[in-house]
Amino acid sequence: MTRIDDTFARLRAQGKKAFVSYIMGGDPDEATSLAIMQGLPAAGVDVIELGMPFTDPMADGPTIQAAGQRALEGGMTMDKVLAMVRAFRKGDQTTPIVLMGYYNPIYSRGVDRFLKDAAEAGIDGLIVVDLPPEEDDELCIPAQKAGLNFIRLATPTTDDKRLPKVLQNTSGFVYYVSITGITGAAAAQASDVGPEVARIKRSTDLPVIVGFGISTPEQAKAIASVADGCVVGSAIVKDIGAGVPVAEVLARVKALSDGAHSA
Amino acid sequence: MAEDGLNSFMSGPDEQGRFGLFGGRFVSETLMPLILELEERYEHAKTDPSFWAEMDDLWKHYVGRPSPLYFAPRLTEHLGGAKVYMKRDELNHTGAHKINNVLGQIILARRMGKTRIIAETGAGQHGVATATVCAKFGLKCVVYMGAHDVERQAPNVFRMKLLGAEVIPVTSGRGTLKDAMNDALRDWVTNVRDTFYCIGTVAGPHPYPAMVRDFQSIIGKEVRWQLAEQEGEGRLPDVVVAAIGGGSNAMGLFYPFLDDPSVRIVGVEAGGKGVDDRMEHCASLTGGRPGVLHGNRTYLLQDADGQILEGFSISAGLDYPGIGPEHAWLHDVGRAEYVSITDAEALEAFQLCCRLEGIIPALEPSHALAQVMKLAPTLPKDRIIVMNMCGRGDKDIFTVARHLGVQMKV
Repeated sequence: MTRIDDTFARLRAQGKKAFVSYIMGGDPDEATSLAIMQGLPAAGVDVIELGMPFTDPMADGPTIQAAGQRALEGGMTMDKVLAMVRAFRKGDQTTPIVLMGYYNPIYSRGVDRFLKDAAEAGIDGLIVVDLPPEEDDELCIPAQKAGLNFIRLATPTTDDKRLPKVLQNTSGFVYYVSITGITGAAAAQASDVGPEVARIKRSTDLPVIVGFGISTPEQAKAIASVADGCVVGSAIVKDIGAGVPVAEVLARVKALSDGAHSA
Repeated sequence: MAEDGLNSFMSGPDEQGRFGLFGGRFVSETLMPLILELEERYEHAKTDPSFWAEMDDLWKHYVGRPSPLYFAPRLTEHLGGAKVYMKRDELNHTGAHKINNVLGQIILARRMGKTRIIAETGAGQHGVATATVCAKFGLKCVVYMGAHDVERQAPNVFRMKLLGAEVIPVTSGRGTLKDAMNDALRDWVTNVRDTFYCIGTVAGPHPYPAMVRDFQSIIGKEVRWQLAEQEGEGRLPDVVVAAIGGGSNAMGLFYPFLDDPSVRIVGVEAGGKGVDDRMEHCASLTGGRPGVLHGNRTYLLQDADGQILEGFSISAGLDYPGIGPEHAWLHDVGRAEYVSITDAEALEAFQLCCRLEGIIPALEPSHALAQVMKLAPTLPKDRIIVMNMCGRGDKDIFTVARHLGVQMKV
């Protein structure tokens, strides 16, 4: 059982939906990024997705691309992302942290070394966008063995024939990408998302969390009501990129989490 | 023959899309179903005589294949060693080898019912070829091109627009080929249902590296019979040389010779200002290490933390921090050798070719030519080198003029 499993078990017992939020590690700088991260649980965030910056984020829209560039220009590295997690864990032992990003920085470090460092730092799960089930031997299987959840994306193009393959080695939760597109793109409609979530839930007992295209408390509520929770990323990252003070960023997060939790 | 004497160097990739360690399918889930469908459709087309009949007809009547294999007498005499032949793929319609592959992919796209074609382009040659074939078939065409390349390859940008394509300048990153490929992939993820991504080189997720290689292999296949025609039955080249950015013209020339051990295979990477710690080059094999980008594992220019570095080359078509996975494998197993040529050496070869052979080469094959200039003098006169003249240099005259300090009014 990881912190992710514990959190979803607790939410389920409480009859509550999960609110997941994404920030880019080191954006706009290390200190501010850590301060925001430390404020997320009090702002109602149940699971933190922490972005690992990468030069070539092929699944991300302009907002998160720019966040990654800001972080890299500020000297962010994998070591510093891990240090951020360790610093966060000094004050918070319960909020799950999912590291999200692309495979090359992990491959470059060496999968075994990365998994050891990630587990020791207090990371609970991984979302690696460019590792489909066809490449499970690379990281997914080793990560499960190291006690980390490997959270898979399911998308509108994942048909019934393919769904079992996508779910096979997934753990923690299933991240349903509500649109065919990149992060920060057009809003998803709850009326489209609901049947898709139901379709996935017929094949798994894992929680299904919906992300991409959610930017307002109203959307968070609407989407969370047809799933086990929702993810907001770009809307928060946009504020951070605009230099909005930490307290105001966290106030927006609180409004979004209230939306999701009222579902 | 391969190292165990049983397997061929020509049997890759395996069912995982791997050439040894390299290749694979490192893409987001949204694209995976389409990648698998593409593989299935390509596997079917490969053995479908009607597919190849359509290709052969268009290659002959639209592209102008076979391209000549030209013995370069004055260059040979000047270098004083091996006989130099040029495979004249710059004489193809649109002026480069790129159209060989584009035709194959567009015919496949049409068979898959796709109505919108996207492409990335560096020098603009692949963009022009894609825009051309889309115009011919009445397909919507969107080309992603780094903003920096839009500026240095203005004539090709205008060509694409004349052909009805939409050219989108890419400003992310440093605005070169790598960034154009990122944005093309983002477009594809967004418009996956009606859109076909026509990749211009032997890179990307499986089956692209194998598929593009197969389409470009027409180059090497023609060289085999053309050289036999000119030099006698069974005569193979002693050395084949080609420039490499992603590596599609090189794979096209090399592939049909992989199992002929007497044929020495030389790939030429762009050395930019020199392959050293400044990393102002695009020599992925000489100066990079294995990593994962754009759907495949291959040698990449990257820093210690796995962040991708921008390449540097005078040639927009070679300005890419990676290389096709099959080249990475051929490098590691030692079947092909890979060297690098600097901007200055390529510029010298460019001018020599203009003056001695009356051929204005693109800056990309000028790199291959520069390696021929080093190699030919070291070989006896009965040896034969075939280099791939994969593109013509009209697009590059402004760049060359600038480097030679010549002011030109457009």
